[in-house]
Amino acid sequence: MRLTVEGAASRIEGPLLFLRRTLDVGLNDAVQIVGGDGRTRLGRIAAIDESFMTIEVLESTSGLALSDTVVRFFGQPLTFGLAPSILGRVFNGVGQVIDGGPPVATRQTQRIEGLPINPVRRAGPRDFIETGVTALDLMNSLVRGQKLPIFSGGGLPHDRLAVEIATHARLRHASAMKGDFAIVFAGIGVPYDSAEFFRRSLEQLGALERTALFLNLASDSSTQRLLTPRFALTAAEYLAFVEGKHVLAILTDMTNYAEALREVSSSKGEIPSRKGFPGYMYSDLASLFERAGCIRGVKGTLTQLSILTMPADDIGHPIPDLTGYITEGQIVLSRDLDRRAVYPPIDVLPSLSRLMKDGIGERYTHPDHPALSSQLYAAYARAVQARVLASVVGEEGLAATDRQYLAFGTAFENDLVGQPGARTLEQSMEAGWRLLAGLPAAELTRLSDAQIAAHVAPRVGIRADAKG
Amino acid sequence: MSRASIRSIGGPVLHATASGPFRLREAVEIGPKALLGEVVRLNGDEIVVQVYEDTTGLRPGAEVVGHGLPLAIRLGPGLLGNIFDGLLRPLSGADSTFVAAGMHRAVPSTFTFEPRVAAQDRLAPGAVYGIVTAGSGRAQRCISPPDVGGEVVAVASAGDYREDATICTLRLPDGRTHPLAMSHDWPVRTPRPVRRRLPSSAPLVTGQRIVDCLFPVAKGGRAAVPGGFGTGKTVLLEALAKGCNADVIVYLGCGERGNEMAGVLEEFPQLTDAKTGRPLMERTVIIANTSNMPVAAREASIYCAITVAEYFRDQGQDVALMADSTSRWAEALREVSGRFGEFPGEGGYPAYLSSRLADFYERAASVETLGGDHGSVTVIGAISPPSGDLSEPVTSHTKRYVKAFWTLDAKRAQARFYPAVHPLQSYSEDARDLGPWWAANGNGDWLKLRRRFLTLLDDQAHLERMARIIGKDALPLRQQLTLLCADVVNDAFLRQSAFSPVDRVCSPRRQALMMRLVGRFVDLAEAAVAAGVHPDRVGDLPSLRPLQRMGEDIPDAELGGFATLDANLDRDFAELMRSHEAGDATHR
Repeated sequence: MRLTVEGAASRIEGPLLFLRRTLDVGLNDAVQIVGGDGRTRLGRIAAIDESFMTIEVLESTSGLALSDTVVRFFGQPLTFGLAPSILGRVFNGVGQVIDGGPPVATRQTQRIEGLPINPVRRAGPRDFIETGVTALDLMNSLVRGQKLPIFSGGGLPHDRLAVEIATHARLRHASAMKGDFAIVFAGIGVPYDSAEFFRRSLEQLGALERTALFLNLASDSSTQRLLTPRFALTAAEYLAFVEGKHVLAILTDMTNYAEALREVSSSKGEIPSRKGFPGYMYSDLASLFERAGCIRGVKGTLTQLSILTMPADDIGHPIPDLTGYITEGQIVLSRDLDRRAVYPPIDVLPSLSRLMKDGIGERYTHPDHPALSSQLYAAYARAVQARVLASVVGEEGLAATDRQYLAFGTAFENDLVGQPGARTLEQSMEAGWRLLAGLPAAELTRLSDAQIAAHVAPRVGIRADAKG
Repeated sequence: MSRASIRSIGGPVLHATASGPFRLREAVEIGPKALLGEVVRLNGDEIVVQVYEDTTGLRPGAEVVGHGLPLAIRLGPGLLGNIFDGLLRPLSGADSTFVAAGMHRAVPSTFTFEPRVAAQDRLAPGAVYGIVTAGSGRAQRCISPPDVGGEVVAVASAGDYREDATICTLRLPDGRTHPLAMSHDWPVRTPRPVRRRLPSSAPLVTGQRIVDCLFPVAKGGRAAVPGGFGTGKTVLLEALAKGCNADVIVYLGCGERGNEMAGVLEEFPQLTDAKTGRPLMERTVIIANTSNMPVAAREASIYCAITVAEYFRDQGQDVALMADSTSRWAEALREVSGRFGEFPGEGGYPAYLSSRLADFYERAASVETLGGDHGSVTVIGAISPPSGDLSEPVTSHTKRYVKAFWTLDAKRAQARFYPAVHPLQSYSEDARDLGPWWAANGNGDWLKLRRRFLTLLDDQAHLERMARIIGKDALPLRQQLTLLCADVVNDAFLRQSAFSPVDRVCSPRRQALMMRLVGRFVDLAEAAVAAGVHPDRVGDLPSLRPLQRMGEDIPDAELGGFATLDANLDRDFAELMRSHEAGDATHR
């Protein structure tokens, strides 16, 4: 069904267009609005009553007039035409090809809003993904089907980290073929140079032909920004659950998305909640983040790695706060470590991977992996405490054990978190055991006697940073 | 049956023109897919309906049908072991990978019925009239609805029946006859009646030491677990669902992650219930409204869950309801209220947030049922305060209605110290009523030791502040020992891994032994330091490490390990005192 109505517009207010209802349409149906300037804009039906309908225009409404505005009705919600050939292509924020190539020959269309996955049909994420980053692999393991955001700040190297993870990520039991892996990248309100950085990096690594890029640049309309992740995730779901690929979806920067949500909400006159963000931001973000996981009996998986920049580095800001409640953990970057040239500057204490327990241990990585990571966490937390103490009473005022912890903390940041190149899990674990050898055995209460005898005792006396 | 026609629609709220009588809070079916909704306002011939599903595609003119009944759910033997959406429609039966709007009620299944009454017996409302067995073998009681009682006219003989088939006919006091089936409907917003409420005298044994020993919740009590993201709310709630000694668990995933629900579904069937030896899933009902499912249904899901819990309570069972998380429910309330244009109160929540919370938590109780049995519903609600701020409305209102409050601490969670319950910001009003229970269960010193541990932890907080200024070594020896002892309480007793096969659940007997052993260490250490021994030498004792690891190293099956540890402690301290008295100056 495709019907056109002309001259029915009765009022335009911000992004909202009020139309006399001359035909039978359903809520949330997609429409196309063509102004007197000839430009086409996307929109959706936000409310209907007996005589009027309200259309939310998803692009700028400037230039529209009441008399010559033509509205075309699709009779169904917004959809995206999909085919395996979307890989290697570049789209704008609303799923139109912008790489100069021919349009995608559509194999099937899907609603961009998606539908919630039935929890009964989900399979628990299990496969450990080795990323080459010790602070992740050893301390906060990423699991296939997980949604793990990076909480960053302006100026921190989150883009570089995301590219490295995307290119190094591999399964330890490499039964999966390379062709099964795909990347869906959504740049949401990103500056041109970040988008270009991603495109170039992926190209250099030869990953571009298995990547679908969606770019909504900072200069594009903010209402479109609300659609970009939906188009990208629809593509990702298609590749994962229909084409059977292992998809890594990278969404950056979710802060821009949330800002756009606030902008659109306030222009609709909705009652604002915390910091002016709408009260439904939790559900709205969840409708994006929950589009990840594994499904029983389906080969493909969808892993989400979204990046958000915390406004003023505040983890309590509504955007990171609500995200943290939805996602399965978070990787937090630290400005302090970055300033000390530790790369990757991952702050392990507030970082967390909730699914780690399901993807490590005897069946997946190493039987002693859980205990080692728990012991490193406990010791580093203690080291940070000792550091606070030392900042007041001075290092000399500390007890002998606390001084050992202090040294441990510094070594932990420089030699375990900081790393010159990618490490295998074995190399990461080796680095961990060596660090623990610098502490008295009596302090290692999270390790069993057998673990100390097997791993820590033989390494006592070896410098932690010695190359193995 | 009344009908109405949609006049206008926006989001989950629609206005319709009624051509028959509608009642407030009446359940309605909307449009061709028969979406579920509830009438929330009446104004002349106009009704306002809150729709519990995605309204995409609805259009003016579509029909709204009401049957004159409030939003009700069907309670029956098919609940246990299954997973439902927020409106108690089965998710396991759905053949689609995705949850689409317009789902339907459970298809009735067949169960084995055995009568417990005969014709001419009098059957009181809510009384047991038969036993139902599901295919898996767990027997449930068949009870009459709380509002129906009379003389039995006929009852079916033992055999297999569909849960909606008439298996018993009653003559009501007014002479009418009333058919009874294994399952009956009950409106979710109405508490099921009981004969009387009972005082609580026994704890809900959760198997978590920090809960059972420091901040216990009584059977029929109410507890809240506030914590920022990543502090382990869900892990703690799941650990309680696995380990607590209730007969039935109702687990409500309200606005939480889909993968967590999948995890529960994968894990529970493989675990066994320590009490019955049967799969844990058989005692569990899961209600899931994940964060991407419709928000309006989230508001109703909490009432569905507590109604299910009350139904099992009325069968004389001890029920524990875990609600994760009540904040998402409150947010759904806020969102729906905003759609109606209601005046927002504190934090944007409607002014009736507090009374709705009270309504919910007040449905937890230990009771004598209409049928004369004892049953209880214990409610444990997680709270997700924005940026971990406990002064926000949901936390502060909840605090007024719960008796146990387990604050999860981000600092502890960051050090991977789980359960991250903060000992100084948590409390339990039930504790003083539960001393006699522990005395009868092998721990006569429970109240005393509990007080002792809490005092130590309190002192630790003060002394650490002091040590930050003057340095730990400058503290008097007694206070240095206090810090050491508090560390031992934390490490040896309060830390408990939810994923350790040995320490996942801790039996009351094992808890008592561990508690006493830690208490004994504190006594011996204090005596030693009072006699002039330096606390560092106590910290160097060889048996200290086994003490700190006893949770991991000594399983329930080898409780003798604690006696050995006790003997080693005695020996080490005796040795320490001897060498001290001998003036052994070479050591340190």
